[in-house]
Amino acid sequence: MALTGLQIYKLLPQTNCKECGHPTCLAFAMKLAAKQAELALCPYVTESAKAQLDAASAPPIRLVAVSCNGSKVEAGNETVLFRHEKTFYHKPGLFIRVEDTLGAEGIKTKVSEADSYLVDYVGIKLGVDGFAVEAVSGDGAKFAEAVGAVRAASKKPLILIAPTPEVMAEGVKAASGTQPLLCAADESNWQKMAEIAKSAKAPLAVKAESLDKLAGLTEEIKKAGVEDIVLDPLAYGYGDSLKTLTQIRRLALKKNFRALGYPIIAFPSNGAGVDETVLAAQHIAKYAGFIVLNTFDPATLYPLLVLRQNIYTDPQKPIQVQPGLYEINSPTADSPLMVTTNFSITYFAVNNEVEGSGWPAWLLVADAEGMSVLTAWAAGKFDADRIAKAVKSTGAEGKINHKRLILPGQVAVLSGELEESLAGWEIMVGPKEAVDIPNYLKVMWGEKAGSR
Amino acid sequence: MPITVEIPKEKWAGKVREVVLGATAADGGTRAKTVVVGGEATLPFLHFDGAIPHPPALAIEVRDRRPDDWSPLVYEAWGEAMNDPAEWAKAAEKAGADLIVLTLSLTTADRKPNTPENAKAVVRKVLNATGLPLAVFGPGQAEKDNELIVPVAEEAKGEKLLLGVCEDKNYRTIVATAMANGHNVSSKTPMDVNLAKQLVILIHDMGMPLDRIIMDPTTGALAYGIEYGYSVMERLRLAALQGDSMTQQPMIVTPGEETWKAKESKVGEGVPETWGDWKRRAINWETLTAASLIHAGADAVVLRHPETLARVKAMVNGLMSAN
Ligand code: B12
Ligand code: SF4
Repeated sequence: MALTGLQIYKLLPQTNCKECGHPTCLAFAMKLAAKQAELALCPYVTESAKAQLDAASAPPIRLVAVSCNGSKVEAGNETVLFRHEKTFYHKPGLFIRVEDTLGAEGIKTKVSEADSYLVDYVGIKLGVDGFAVEAVSGDGAKFAEAVGAVRAASKKPLILIAPTPEVMAEGVKAASGTQPLLCAADESNWQKMAEIAKSAKAPLAVKAESLDKLAGLTEEIKKAGVEDIVLDPLAYGYGDSLKTLTQIRRLALKKNFRALGYPIIAFPSNGAGVDETVLAAQHIAKYAGFIVLNTFDPATLYPLLVLRQNIYTDPQKPIQVQPGLYEINSPTADSPLMVTTNFSITYFAVNNEVEGSGWPAWLLVADAEGMSVLTAWAAGKFDADRIAKAVKSTGAEGKINHKRLILPGQVAVLSGELEESLAGWEIMVGPKEAVDIPNYLKVMWGEKAGSR
Repeated sequence: MPITVEIPKEKWAGKVREVVLGATAADGGTRAKTVVVGGEATLPFLHFDGAIPHPPALAIEVRDRRPDDWSPLVYEAWGEAMNDPAEWAKAAEKAGADLIVLTLSLTTADRKPNTPENAKAVVRKVLNATGLPLAVFGPGQAEKDNELIVPVAEEAKGEKLLLGVCEDKNYRTIVATAMANGHNVSSKTPMDVNLAKQLVILIHDMGMPLDRIIMDPTTGALAYGIEYGYSVMERLRLAALQGDSMTQQPMIVTPGEETWKAKESKVGEGVPETWGDWKRRAINWETLTAASLIHAGADAVVLRHPETLARVKAMVNGLMSAN
């Protein structure tokens, strides 16, 4: 937790020598507290004071990275319990579990499929973050082989799950050149696991069934020289995982409790009688840093990826697209002109439908301050004036040889006013939902223009 | 060496009000059981901070007639039952619903404007078909809502229905009839903490007791605005626990209606292959939206698909039984 100016002042030399460029040590301390100055400006600060100040300025939840071939998944460094207080920063990594008993072919198939999976959500490409290779066999050689097979099929970051340090060491060898997360040290083996993590410069997950034990272990492991730690509190049910992950987040943020100030790894399929997808959804909203999924299924992954995207958007900033005139499917002068707002979700809903239909069209995106059609309308940001202005300012008029503008069906009420603002134009009311646009164009525009 | 970790607990000043839905014979109604929503003195399922006397209620939405434009997957799930609101409600009860939300349509099955007589008859029929508490919502157009809800409220006097939808432009008539006939009301506002609070105040000012108002802060579906709805609910719940009296109403939201509008749920063909199997995806869409909103503080969620209901129910049981 950040120190106050007064607390910092107590750590400074208190000689008021002014060399830092501030009139007094206190003034300098105040600037430091406000993060408007660097400690390095004071030449006289002692090593021990420096260490204390550094420790205090470290984030309450350590940022831990898992990487491979330049791609990286980072978790931690969160600052709030609720997204509206600021925002959540580091999306939990979604990893697909690969058991070493699957066989080389099985691994290749599963990993290649998941590795190449990319789905588009409002213009953002979303996919799996990496793979969690698990030594179910308990056999080091087999485990190493499996790690090799996964690496042959994917360049994404890895989590290595092994029951003993001996097996883990084999996996780590096979993963050399990458920075995998080693999972997991426990009460009985943490010394050896920490050694392996230290020499591989890899982050280490730590598991224990109570927070007391978990905190004790992380402190030991830190003393042993491993700083990048991930917590596995072994909470597998809906209720205990919500409770435990919340308690850890609270301890880190509210109490600055360093021993649990690390990201958390969650296994939503490990509990009896839980629905992996539903529990993973909880983990996304409530505080996991890494999530290991058993199944790779686009029908569950897509909603989970979107949920993660939604929870991790900055609540203060709607995602927007640039206002302007967009061309879809190479439109010509006879192609329809449609208007919408610059809220990303809205824009892509319309764009995808028109594009998919094969119709060439002009899509006029009005500046509605990133709001959906009805929200913008209700807020007075998508009215006849603004739309007319967009028609003029984008030069839409000059691109087409007709004067017809298709309005979103949700704002049919605007058509009267628009006919006044855009003299000589015919305002057509489109369907309410974007899904119905292709059919609408076929029927309404096809009839009018007789061409496509 | 284990370290003794002291778990930080929240001492909340306030708690959510309890609202009773439905009345048994003993209380002048005909319901086999009642459902109590709200009452929690903590954030969702953090039992270590405070008591959570009731699980969130899981409602199924039933229409007074077969809807025209629902997803084929929902038609497939309920089948013939959708042709008859009584059968539909029975099927919903069998599927495990705690509450039936009956939405009245603008028109009847033969495309004629809906009438008070029809609305009354449908409500009576549904009441006879199921022992569950009932919510009745109008079609969402002020005049029509008032025209249909008033006779329904009279017809079902004493049943402690949840009546809706009260919005800032149209709440007086519905609130008045709910007060006169012993029902509860749903106060709906578009995703804003202050608007939610304000409408509760206005409704309460008319004389409606606070333990008969549920608020619907509105939600968006996954990918279509859930991030706003989710946070508005979290903020409302935090305000309630911090002691802000007019935010202490239980919350109801309609993830079923919202998600089944989304293309991801509605459409099976001509969508990207990366969306995966249609049915699993669609049900996940509704399930994850509902599950997230329950974690944000929903005391009642209105769903459409029975499989979603089953999955959300299993989750709620898990969340309630923990410590
Ligand atoms: C999320 C949301 C918000 C978010 C804003 C999100 C954003 N960036 O826009 C927040 C919480 C900030 C918000 C605020 C408000 N909101 Co609001 N909000 C919603 C909500 C839940 C979803 C909107 C959404 O994202 N839809 C998804 C997008 C993709 O839909 P869309 O833009 O309409 O696009 C679809 C179609 O219109 C069509 N389409 C789009 N363009 C085109 C073009 C053509 C040519 C065609 C044919 C079709 C087409 O395709 C799309 C997909 O089908 C709706 C209720 C609901 N469930 O719809 C209320 C809603 C829109 N909000 C409403 C209101 C009143 C407000 C506020 C005024 C209230 C307030 N809280 O003060 C404010 C205004 C904002 C302000 N003053 O700053 C009302 C509007 C009522 C009305 N009819 O006037 C609604 C309908 C809620 C309600 N039932 O009362 N809101
Ligand atoms: S340089 Fe250091 S000692 Fe000198 S005034 Fe600044 S803070 Fe104080």
